[in-house]
Amino acid sequence: MQKNTIQTMARAESSQPKRCNNNRIWTKPFILAILLVVILGIISLFTGVYDIRGQEDGLRMFFVTRVPRTIALMLTGAAMSMSGLVMQLITQNRLVESTTTGTIEWAGLGLTIVYLLFPAPTLVQRMTGAIIFSFAGTMIFFFFLRRVKLRSSLIVPIIGMMLGAVISAFSTFIGLVFQMTQNIETWFVGSFAPVQVGRYEYLWLIVIVTFFIFIYADRFTLAGLGQDMTTSLGLNYNNIVLLGTGLIALAVGIVAAVIGNLPFLGLIVPNIVSMYRGDDLRSNLPWVCVIGMGTITVCDIISRTIIMPFEVPVSMILGTLGSVVFIVVLLRQRRSR
Amino acid sequence: MSELVYRNKESTKIDSGLNTKNRSARAFRSKKEEKRYWFLLITFIALGLLASYGLLVYNNPVPVSSPSFIPVVKRRMVAIISMVIAAICQSLSTVAFQSITGNRVITPSLLGFEALYSTIQTSTMFFFGVSAFISFSGVGSFLFQVIAMVLMCLILYGWLLSGKYGDLQLMLLVGVIIGTGLRSLSTFMRRLLAPSEFDILQARLFGSVNNADPAYFPIAIPIVIITAIILISFSKKLNVLSLGKHVSTALGVKHQIGVILGLVLVSILMSISTALVGPLTFYGFLVATLTYQVASTYDHRYIFPMSLAIGFLIITTSYFFMYHVFNAQGVVSIIIEMFGGITLLIVLLRKGTL
Repeated sequence: MQKNTIQTMARAESSQPKRCNNNRIWTKPFILAILLVVILGIISLFTGVYDIRGQEDGLRMFFVTRVPRTIALMLTGAAMSMSGLVMQLITQNRLVESTTTGTIEWAGLGLTIVYLLFPAPTLVQRMTGAIIFSFAGTMIFFFFLRRVKLRSSLIVPIIGMMLGAVISAFSTFIGLVFQMTQNIETWFVGSFAPVQVGRYEYLWLIVIVTFFIFIYADRFTLAGLGQDMTTSLGLNYNNIVLLGTGLIALAVGIVAAVIGNLPFLGLIVPNIVSMYRGDDLRSNLPWVCVIGMGTITVCDIISRTIIMPFEVPVSMILGTLGSVVFIVVLLRQRRSR
Repeated sequence: MSELVYRNKESTKIDSGLNTKNRSARAFRSKKEEKRYWFLLITFIALGLLASYGLLVYNNPVPVSSPSFIPVVKRRMVAIISMVIAAICQSLSTVAFQSITGNRVITPSLLGFEALYSTIQTSTMFFFGVSAFISFSGVGSFLFQVIAMVLMCLILYGWLLSGKYGDLQLMLLVGVIIGTGLRSLSTFMRRLLAPSEFDILQARLFGSVNNADPAYFPIAIPIVIITAIILISFSKKLNVLSLGKHVSTALGVKHQIGVILGLVLVSILMSISTALVGPLTFYGFLVATLTYQVASTYDHRYIFPMSLAIGFLIITTSYFFMYHVFNAQGVVSIIIEMFGGITLLIVLLRKGTL
């Protein structure tokens, strides 16, 4: 499915007027990267405690847990890294991502409130809550960014994380008052362990989000140039920002409800891609998708093997590795300035 | 000076203050504001003392005449002392930090002290086991933690603030990210612990005013007092440093040395507060913001005492109300955090720049 969208994009591109040659998508490295991700996916399919080949119901288990898990990994990897990329485009700030804007914490607040309103919420209810709140939260953050004059781009993630801390203090407070801290605590560590048939299907919605992001990619780039520039190029700035935020909220909300908190993925992947490939969004998007899938699959394989037969939540590995990469990105940026 | 007056003509508020007859380089714009400052300072201190007296004796289950009255008060005294330490550490360090960084919306708790604290504790348990963990307590371990935290800050500051790329905000962001990374790392290690080890660890990680260990007081109190005195005597330099790098260099203050010295003092205070009562993210911010609202001066010789009074007042009254009026013991720190966070948002929106 993922590949299909990429292919359609490639075709759409070839019909367009002359583009720079080095912006082609189907280059050798990209095919290699896809191959690598496919190999990682296969490794992921065969990583686990349960002996698939030896046991009688191995094949059934394979389709009940392993296949969904691998698909979930691919989908969330693409979703989180692309939503990070769109956020960075709209705000014109490389250090912005759902972790550093508080979007994740807003999704957590949404989940908390859903747990508060419905005694045993279904997945759809939880997802709706998370999506609505992450949409509102992201809009609030963008509103802040527009209202507040910035002296430095570095202050944006600092403020975003402080905002996130306020929101999560709020969720913790609600949790304490209504005695559901445990729900929140479990939620805040994202893990792919509970993924199986019947529990992950909503992640397929991400494909639609991905599709829209590919279609509107150029417009997001324009929106990044600012309101005046966008308007004079004949586009409605507010609509684009709304659309972008909506797509981000959908992706983050779905992932938050189904998987949990996955820190830094949307930050490290786009930054690494643009470190090596420059800033052309359209040709970077497929790369961001593929590298995002690869990164999260590697992290998940690590999380499954490091304390076999148990599992570590993947969010912890992402958080630890991600912060290291983030600091490297920051320091590189400092040198280039 | 006349040029300054001329330039400030649009903002009549400042103008009226500067045009009074006895114009001088005073800390306050007018006598009235100075009077108001002293009045509020004394009121806040009195209210804070009243609340702490209330915390000590109100609702005491035993009558005053009983011999067990004094032990109860003594037990409560520990909580009050740790509140005082927390108030001193957090208020002074936040005010100083905001002046040094020239930004009134950030707090030193962003630098990940609490993450480092829990990482030190967790890795002791993780690498050396239960027996080492239990013996790793008392004054020695306390000092070790404080030194480790200060050392980390020194390395961070020294590395990121020196050289031609020196950048305060970059340092802050790196601090924040290191904090997030350490938090993930320590959660990760905690996952790998056996449940029994985890329980022992958990008990120590949740620092709060009520389970502060009085054994640390003999070492913590002198350090806090000495650091606080140095910081307060540093006031005049802070006044200059808060004007920014270029102005302070032009005025003959070595900016980089001043900044690093100030940050070291801040990190000492923060690490003691964290090791003693656990993390308080927005408390210092709340105190500092209220202080700027109340004390209409830029002189740190006046801001520091006011921030101390307000910090003490906030922490004692909130504990008093939560304990004896609402009967909600666990949520005090969260409520302080929430108010601090909401204040942050209001300040951000009203201020309009970052």
